[in-house]
Amino acid sequence: MADTLRDLAERCTRLLGPESVISDPVRLRTYECDGLTSHRASPGLVVLPETAEQIAAIVRACGEAGVPYVARGSGTGLSGGALPRTDGVLIVTARMRRILDIDIPNQRATVEPGVINLDVTRAARPHGYYFAPDPSSQQICSVGGNVAENSGGAHCLKYGFTAHHILACEIVTPDGEIAELSRDDPGFDLLGVFVGSEGTLGITTKITVRLTRLPETVRTLLAAFDTIGKGGDAVSAIIAAGVVPAAIEMMDALSIEAAEAAVACGYPEGAGAVLVVELDGPDATVEHQFAQVERLCREAGAFEIRVAADDTERALIWKGRKSAFAAMGRISPAYIVQDGVIPRTSLGEVLGRIDALSRESGVRVANVFHAGDGNLHPLVLFDDSVPGAQERAETVSGAILDLCVEHGGSITGEHGVGADKARYMPRMFSDDDLDTMQMVRCGFDPAGLCNPGKVFPTPRLCGEVPGVRKGPHPLVAEGKADLF
Amino acid sequence: MLPLDAFAKVCADVRPGEDADQVDGLTPPVVAAPATLDEASAVMRTAAEHGLAVVPSGTGSKLGYGRPVERCDVLVTTRNLDGIIKHSPGDLTLHVEAGLTFEALRETEADGWGQHLALRPPENGTIGGAIATDVAGPGRLLHGSARDLLIGITTVRADGTIARAGGKVVKNVAGYDLGKLYTGSLGTLGLIVDATFRMHPAARAVRVAVVTDDPGRAVQAVLHSQVVPRAIEIDRPAGSDETTVAVEAETETPDETSARLHELLGGTPAPEPDWWNRLPEGEVLAEIRSLPARLPEIIKAVKDLPLRGSAGAGRLYTTPDYTTPDGVEELREALKPIGARVVLVRAPLAVRKSVDVWGPLPTLPIMRRVKDQFDPDHRLSPGRFAEGV
Ligand SMILES: Cc1cc2nc3c(=O)[nH]c(=O)nc-3n(C[C@H](O)[C@H](O)[C@H](O)COP(=O)(O)OP(=O)(O)OC[C@H]3O[C@@H](n4cnc5c(N)ncnc54)[C@H](O)[C@@H]3O)c2cc1C
Repeated sequence: MADTLRDLAERCTRLLGPESVISDPVRLRTYECDGLTSHRASPGLVVLPETAEQIAAIVRACGEAGVPYVARGSGTGLSGGALPRTDGVLIVTARMRRILDIDIPNQRATVEPGVINLDVTRAARPHGYYFAPDPSSQQICSVGGNVAENSGGAHCLKYGFTAHHILACEIVTPDGEIAELSRDDPGFDLLGVFVGSEGTLGITTKITVRLTRLPETVRTLLAAFDTIGKGGDAVSAIIAAGVVPAAIEMMDALSIEAAEAAVACGYPEGAGAVLVVELDGPDATVEHQFAQVERLCREAGAFEIRVAADDTERALIWKGRKSAFAAMGRISPAYIVQDGVIPRTSLGEVLGRIDALSRESGVRVANVFHAGDGNLHPLVLFDDSVPGAQERAETVSGAILDLCVEHGGSITGEHGVGADKARYMPRMFSDDDLDTMQMVRCGFDPAGLCNPGKVFPTPRLCGEVPGVRKGPHPLVAEGKADLF
Repeated sequence: MLPLDAFAKVCADVRPGEDADQVDGLTPPVVAAPATLDEASAVMRTAAEHGLAVVPSGTGSKLGYGRPVERCDVLVTTRNLDGIIKHSPGDLTLHVEAGLTFEALRETEADGWGQHLALRPPENGTIGGAIATDVAGPGRLLHGSARDLLIGITTVRADGTIARAGGKVVKNVAGYDLGKLYTGSLGTLGLIVDATFRMHPAARAVRVAVVTDDPGRAVQAVLHSQVVPRAIEIDRPAGSDETTVAVEAETETPDETSARLHELLGGTPAPEPDWWNRLPEGEVLAEIRSLPARLPEIIKAVKDLPLRGSAGAGRLYTTPDYTTPDGVEELREALKPIGARVVLVRAPLAVRKSVDVWGPLPTLPIMRRVKDQFDPDHRLSPGRFAEGV
């Protein structure tokens, strides 16, 4: 271990106690990746603080030593956002799991960053409330991670993303100061830009979330179509009718096959696509809209419609969809989960192009997606025992992102850019766009120590005159900063 | 070369400022009205080359927000950037230029769109102005403000650089969400040129109003009920014991929902309020930001002042006394124990010069550093926000 890290380890041990500092190489390996296992790096040091003050002290210590640090919640991120640095400190929030306040009159809860997403809902449910953002990982991911990634979920079509449900964040700034960012602050919306910044602007240590009233009624249906195109038509018709379902999810034949093999969800046989539509809200409104949705699905050519009669049947309908990613293991030794977005109206065309890509390359692609908002999760399948197969899969996966951008979409709808997609950012944004974003970063983190190397392909050195880059940056020349 | 000529070279609509163009008592020597993104960029670059202070403006309806600007060499108006670039009904998105007025948008929406941009600022103004001042109207409760509806933005920075963030799709987490940063930026970070929003279906809605002596209970009853309130507004005239509570709810079954609301609200049924989404009259207008459950305490604390606004969302307006210099501070003091903040939104120049418009700004150090990055020479609406921003 380098001297700087050894000194830091000692300092952190004094601050936190020995049980909260990990420097043993074997134990460090536990943290070498997040949910994106293809990127790995053993952290230089892991700390498990319990308070904001401790985090502030660690951040200050890192700042003084010029050591980079990365925050980690539950490590379920799918873009390598929590990928550690071998020369840095990983700050894990797993011991900050208290729900500090449930304030029903004001429809909010205040939690520590390590609190598990679903635990917020569990605490609020007895009062008739829940935390609306529901990533599929909600049983394990942390609210701090949700904030950093601006996570979505199946129900964000109607209820919005994490950003819409965050009312305030206490943060430790890269200066090591504790600050509170609130929606009620006058002036430019720092809270808004902090949410979704993937841990690059500071570490959140306390989060006030909005709680949403549990709906009076939830109704779910499954519609089977012989082609994806017809399923897409049904989605268009539903949106055109002015209905905003809580969720509209679609799966294609290959993903149905996998789900069937994994969990025997019993979806209608011979379906080229299934659509899961869920409506929620007041009884009367849901009844009215549900009838509309059923009719529109039939008109679009659904050959079978199943309506969940109770919670058990509802869970059964969701079972196939929820197992879809994991189920890929049944039909392929390895796969890449892609996350791209297209304008929903381009669905048919883009899926056709993905199909063509798949046929030309011989790489199978299963499609699962949040159809309501055009967020595709193509699963690119490959056999990792075949030389070159992974590279071919990655090429197809990258080409799918190109398709998304070409159609006016995005390279990520919910999994974030992280370490994985930084290199794709220039496909979506100009150098000036990226430079401008990094000005925010320079405002928060001039030394560039807070989760460096994520989101942006080329770091911008703070203090640089916009647009002009000549010679090494003074900080680099002085040996005070590094180009990561 | 005279600045005016320099601007005329890069922008077709440039003229010297007149009295009518005054911003906070300053007559801008140059008024530029770019009609394209390129012109906007060239105007900003020209201002930078001459070291001139720029004040971006829309219709000018909200130029009285914040503290008075200290310099105004160039007034850049988005008057000529007023088009609808693209409405994609199937994607529920709308791409517009920043100078489009709400009046114009509403007229177009009414032409069979069946969907709307869920922002209803109380006064006409431009889209860019609504973003820069973060006004929203009663629907803030359900739909939030511009920050919650914006999905993409194009801006021109102080040095003329064009910068885009977000995109055209409703779901997108690529890069920092600069649209949010520009929300509430009051022309201090850059010129907003165009913006893309998420649209909402023009859902059916009912509005129900009652007069009650217990508005706190009424508001809570609706908030925790199963109707879907888009807005919960109140109006309490100065000194009165009675408050009108008005609720707008989205529904497919209006009669049933109205009945439900009346039951929840209690009180005496009142006619459709004429004050709905209208700012209270008064030379000085202050916004009170608080937790919604604090309503009864606020009502008591400002008994002698009128109170109106979005009780469900915790945003109320009042018109504090400014005949004594301490009127605003007194209001702030009275509300401090309740944890409510007071922001002055409109006041005569003399008042804005002498009182603290914003109240405490705990994140000012970060804002200053962000500002220094975006506008290192502090030429954009200088003085408008807070010291150093
Ligand atoms: C099976 C599976 C299903 C998933 N489904 C979804 C889905 O439906 N929708 C969706 O959006 N995502 C989904 N994800 C991705 C992931 O779960 C989310 O991004 C989640 O929000 C990450 O939370 P985490 O606690 O695991 O964060 P981590 O992976 O630990 O960290 C993620 C990022 O957040 C930063 N971070 C963590 N804590 C903090 C903090 N306190 N302050 C500042 N930054 C911090 C990290 O530095 C990193 O950049 C899924 C992942 C898996 C494995």
